[in-house]
Amino acid sequence: MIDRLERHPHDVLVVGAGGAGLRAAIEAAAAGASVGLVCKSLLGKAHTVMAEGGVAAALRHVDERDSWQTHFRDTMVGGKMMNNPRMAQLHALEAPDRVRELEAWGAVFDRTRDGRILQRPFGGHSHPRLAHVGDRTGLEMIRTLQDRAVAMGITVYMECTITHLMSGRDNVRGAVGYWRQTGEPVVFPAKATVLATGGVGRVYSVTSNSWEYSGDGQALAYLAGAELIDMEFVQFHPTGMVWPPGVRGLLVTEAVRGEGGILRNKDGKRFMWDYLPEDRREEYAATDEEAAQWVKALSAGQTTDARRPPELSTRDNVARAIYTEVREGRGSPHGGVFLDISYLPADHVRRKLPSMYEQFKELADVDITAGPMEIGPTTHYIMGGIRVDAETGATTREALYAAGEVAGGMHGANRLGGNSLSDLLVFGQRTGAAAAEYAKSRDDEPWLDPAGVQAALAELAAPFGESGKDAESPYRLHEELQTAMESKVGIFRTAADLDDAIRELDAIRARWPNIRVSGGRAYNPGWNLVFEVRNMLVAAEAVARSARQREESRGAHSRIDFPELNEKWGKKNSVVRLGVDGMEVGTTKLPKLPDELRSLLAKE
Amino acid sequence: MADAHLRVFRGTPSTEGTFDEFDVPVEEGMVVLDALHWIQAHDAPDLAVRWNCKAAKCGSCSAEVNGRPSLTCKTRLSDFEEGETIQVEPMRAFPLIRDLVTDVSWNYEVNKTIPPFQPPADQPQETWRWQQEDIERVQEFRKCIECFLCQDVCHVLRNHETKQPFMGPRFLVRSAGLEMHPIDTADRMEHLKDEGGIALCNITKCCTEVCPEHIKITDNAIIPLKERVADRYYDPVQLFLRKIRGGGKKVPAEPAPAGAASVTGEAAPAAAQVDPATTDGSPS
Repeated sequence: MIDRLERHPHDVLVVGAGGAGLRAAIEAAAAGASVGLVCKSLLGKAHTVMAEGGVAAALRHVDERDSWQTHFRDTMVGGKMMNNPRMAQLHALEAPDRVRELEAWGAVFDRTRDGRILQRPFGGHSHPRLAHVGDRTGLEMIRTLQDRAVAMGITVYMECTITHLMSGRDNVRGAVGYWRQTGEPVVFPAKATVLATGGVGRVYSVTSNSWEYSGDGQALAYLAGAELIDMEFVQFHPTGMVWPPGVRGLLVTEAVRGEGGILRNKDGKRFMWDYLPEDRREEYAATDEEAAQWVKALSAGQTTDARRPPELSTRDNVARAIYTEVREGRGSPHGGVFLDISYLPADHVRRKLPSMYEQFKELADVDITAGPMEIGPTTHYIMGGIRVDAETGATTREALYAAGEVAGGMHGANRLGGNSLSDLLVFGQRTGAAAAEYAKSRDDEPWLDPAGVQAALAELAAPFGESGKDAESPYRLHEELQTAMESKVGIFRTAADLDDAIRELDAIRARWPNIRVSGGRAYNPGWNLVFEVRNMLVAAEAVARSARQREESRGAHSRIDFPELNEKWGKKNSVVRLGVDGMEVGTTKLPKLPDELRSLLAKE
Repeated sequence: MADAHLRVFRGTPSTEGTFDEFDVPVEEGMVVLDALHWIQAHDAPDLAVRWNCKAAKCGSCSAEVNGRPSLTCKTRLSDFEEGETIQVEPMRAFPLIRDLVTDVSWNYEVNKTIPPFQPPADQPQETWRWQQEDIERVQEFRKCIECFLCQDVCHVLRNHETKQPFMGPRFLVRSAGLEMHPIDTADRMEHLKDEGGIALCNITKCCTEVCPEHIKITDNAIIPLKERVADRYYDPVQLFLRKIRGGGKKVPAEPAPAGAASVTGEAAPAAAQVDPATTDGSPS
């Protein structure tokens, strides 16, 4: 049986074809490796396509005062010093070259008046720094990378889901999965495997993430023995749509605030003035007038000494502010607050934010050039992920690599907008190169242990087994998991809620083997969901247990029972790994901050 | 709110398809894709639907809703009369996989044949300077989310009217985005004429009407490309000039000043502009 399985050996197997996976595949192929790129959707549909506002890189086209050092500092400050400093440094250093490279491959970014790549301001960035294409930057990036991969002749396996990594004695040897179109199994022996599967947003019910974000890579790595770090740090984006219910959670780009959008509560009060952190207050405008002056200069393409508006505080802070306004009864009719850009000329808004204009007009009957939007926080991104080496993306399992959102460390406790698109370029490139080099060093042919493959095939077949009284629906388990996470592991957390959530997740996991599905294997979404629920259970448990452990509030992790930063916790990253009795949670010391980087963090 | 009544195609290539009927409770703002998800979670867990973002950004959930090629994530239930049956079928131009999912891999094969972006070897990237107004047309083409609704509605592809190759509107748009890129130097005329089959398009503009990104496919992409192909292959003056110049590249005869987009880039010919009022916006 196993001898007859469809089999595609490669030097480097890349799982996931968003920005990080594509960039890794391109680099590995350029290094001469035979690359297989596997994606569970069609090529070009991955989550990167939804990124809107821009890609952060200190190109210095709009403000010459910018530098990689400032980008590094902004990233560390935004991440509340939980970041892996070497990753933040490499990211800031290499992002400009990675963006220019996209232009050389055909990307067409918006331009400055002198014809160079335009950059826009974003929350937590000291200078206008985000290269962009209106509000569809992710589409431009994925299309450019996709075209490049196609031109290089990289083999792509579309609509193919990887469900199991196969381990050898001391390293990962490839993967097993199935074709969505037929349900038939397929094996990918590989000398090196790169995980680039994105995030975990689907463990929450209100999210800006697509169905693909089911924690696949985090779970595959964890089950293969690799470590996860910082999983408590989940970013709730401040601005998602709240109305109508059918579109709840859909992203409203931070570019709305970057272009001058103002947040108000139901009383018309510009409440962000009250929520600026004291130690950063001097970076923001002091008055409405100064903020207006900043917006005016920006719209005219001029530099200004006016400081940025309070709405451009970091995402964790703005999300908490909105949540607090709503909780204290000052929210909008549908449980959000108001975001207003309609005071700027309608033409300007339509040109700068075309897809937001369209989205509100088509889905909510709201004209954003004529009145405010109603918005509220939505689960958007996970800062934590697979523990990796900064230089190479190597995980704690040999021959297994990770890049992009699935990897942890780069963003610390809170990610700045625009830093994810640059992250996936910088570390996609590095990881692809390292995986190719590792593959070159192995002269043994890739080989998968038949017993491991057999066990994976049995697990794939199990949901079609006989259906008893205790048969469970994958849709129901998914919904229960989402409810537990949304209500108990959200923006504000307590020990009691987290304990409840962990118990509920345990109970759902105990029911998981009883899932039964109807129909056949071909394009059966119910059957496909079974393995995503398995992955989401791992991701959700890692988030909940890490959040339970960290007894402080830092960045995106807010504990009502521990509302302050705690110096002791500021020295530790959370670590999750698979133990003999299930998930083990512990800590590890933060990576050392070299003196030359420490000096960059000192305030001028 | 009253339930919505959906008739959804179910079937495989080897069976005769049926329409199954479902009543779905309606929440404000629901779209057809929400209704399909409700059906999966409650009545038909194996109903095959392809989707990703549910935000009209990825172009995965294309289907025919009451006969009209549509993104199901953008088609609101409130667009239909109360009590009206909403019929959802797979795209007809592509082979069926199951239920609402079709095999669109043909598109990916066509895409591979298009000569890729090729910047000039003699212009260092540091010198590239493009004005925003010179790239706006290219950016319009690059808005394409590859939903393939234009391919689905195109009668040349839909009715298999020809045995000759025809790349369809999506890949004419992609070719136009490359051809009008300010510094691209590749020559795609022969490809457009032969493998692209551009002459087979007879400008009925159905593609423009269904485009969810409101790209003016026919007026802004296809007609200018048709003119370029005609100039190259059918214009006697051009034929003569090419003979005496000895080549047919779109690179100008004089070396361009470094980075000057206005010289190297051929922006969309103004002559191709047909009355925009007739094509503006989507009828939905």
